[in-house]
Amino acid sequence: MKRVARPATRGWAPNQLPAYPSSTKRAPQAAAIALPPQLLPSQGPRWGPEQLRAGAGDLTTQVPGGTAQGQRILVHGRVSDAAGRPEAHALIELWQANAAGRYLHAADQHAAPLDPYFIGAGQVLTDAQGCYEFLSIEPGAYPWGNHPNGWRPKHIHFSLFGAGFAARLVTQLYFPGDPLLPLDPIFMGIPQAAARARLVAKFDLTRTQPAWALAYRFDVVLRGCAATPLDAH
Amino acid sequence: MRRPTPAQTAGPYYSLGLDWWQAHPITHEPPAGAAICVRGQVLDGDGAPVPDALVEIWQANGAGDYPTRSAAAGEGFGRVSVDAEGRYTFLTHKPGPTTPQAAPHIHFTLLARGLMNPLVTRLYFADEAARNHRDPALARVPLARRATLIAALTPTGYCFDIHLQGPLETVFFDV
Ligand SMILES: [Fe+3]
Repeated sequence: MKRVARPATRGWAPNQLPAYPSSTKRAPQAAAIALPPQLLPSQGPRWGPEQLRAGAGDLTTQVPGGTAQGQRILVHGRVSDAAGRPEAHALIELWQANAAGRYLHAADQHAAPLDPYFIGAGQVLTDAQGCYEFLSIEPGAYPWGNHPNGWRPKHIHFSLFGAGFAARLVTQLYFPGDPLLPLDPIFMGIPQAAARARLVAKFDLTRTQPAWALAYRFDVVLRGCAATPLDAH
Repeated sequence: MRRPTPAQTAGPYYSLGLDWWQAHPITHEPPAGAAICVRGQVLDGDGAPVPDALVEIWQANGAGDYPTRSAAAGEGFGRVSVDAEGRYTFLTHKPGPTTPQAAPHIHFTLLARGLMNPLVTRLYFADEAARNHRDPALARVPLARRATLIAALTPTGYCFDIHLQGPLETVFFDV
């Protein structure tokens, strides 16, 4: 067994993105200093099911007295490390806009209605095979002041903790066929089309729930620092 | 080898999804290190406070061991949103050295609108100069920039400001 280099963040978005002015004064200018796996903690923080809120995996019924408005969707997938091994019992935290494209957040002033039965936040743990699922509604697109008539494509924010410290990831799930994707500086900030494609969920007919919900599959690969056999890459 | 999923910014509304887990005090099973307060301010390239950043820490206990149990009571892990002035505070314990060569340190991860990727850095302690001098991670940092990773010891605890840009730009790590 040799240690392989961890998959680099090359191909990810650069810190400084001219089309995303919020990065202008916040992006570090110096190159990040690489640390080899042996200088990193082999584990990161872990959570157990007892720490999650009840019902945190169903975003449609978190407010008593009603259900969220919008197209119900089941989102599921598998979280693995770069070697394909499951990230078991990994915490996934989610947040999203409601069906009208409005967040339940004081800073969101978009003139779209709030949904009294939708909070838009959830947590799930992956199982022993690295699989997760949650029920939600399809979020709406929303305008942002980044550029003239700029709209964020529909997305769900994901935060993940894997087994290793280096596995920490914060990203966004996008929906296939969204016409706003090629216009979005954040999505397009990732230079490689193949890397962008990994952020787009796949419609999954096999998991749709008859007369109830559509389904999307979103697999996530986390960086890791475990010793794995050296392969072609 | 599978290609890792790229990061995207946490955006301006991260607190909706992440503030359910806020942990200031970090408790450890004995032997615990000395109780400490770590505070600081997150600043942008103009030196202006960043009022919408999330700061996470991850650290060993006083014996130099990382928690292996789940993060009940926030053991080893802390997370706070900065205030309107960009300030954060953690009440925790001073970690022990995790290896004979390593100086005591606390891992920091920053998320914010405008950050396309989470930023990772480390706090080292000003009163551990001898150990800092031989720490293998600090050794990878150019001498002139190492001071950005050393928390000053003040009468009210350790002070660790994080400069995202500018002449005092904090050193960030690619992990
Ligand atoms: Fe968003």
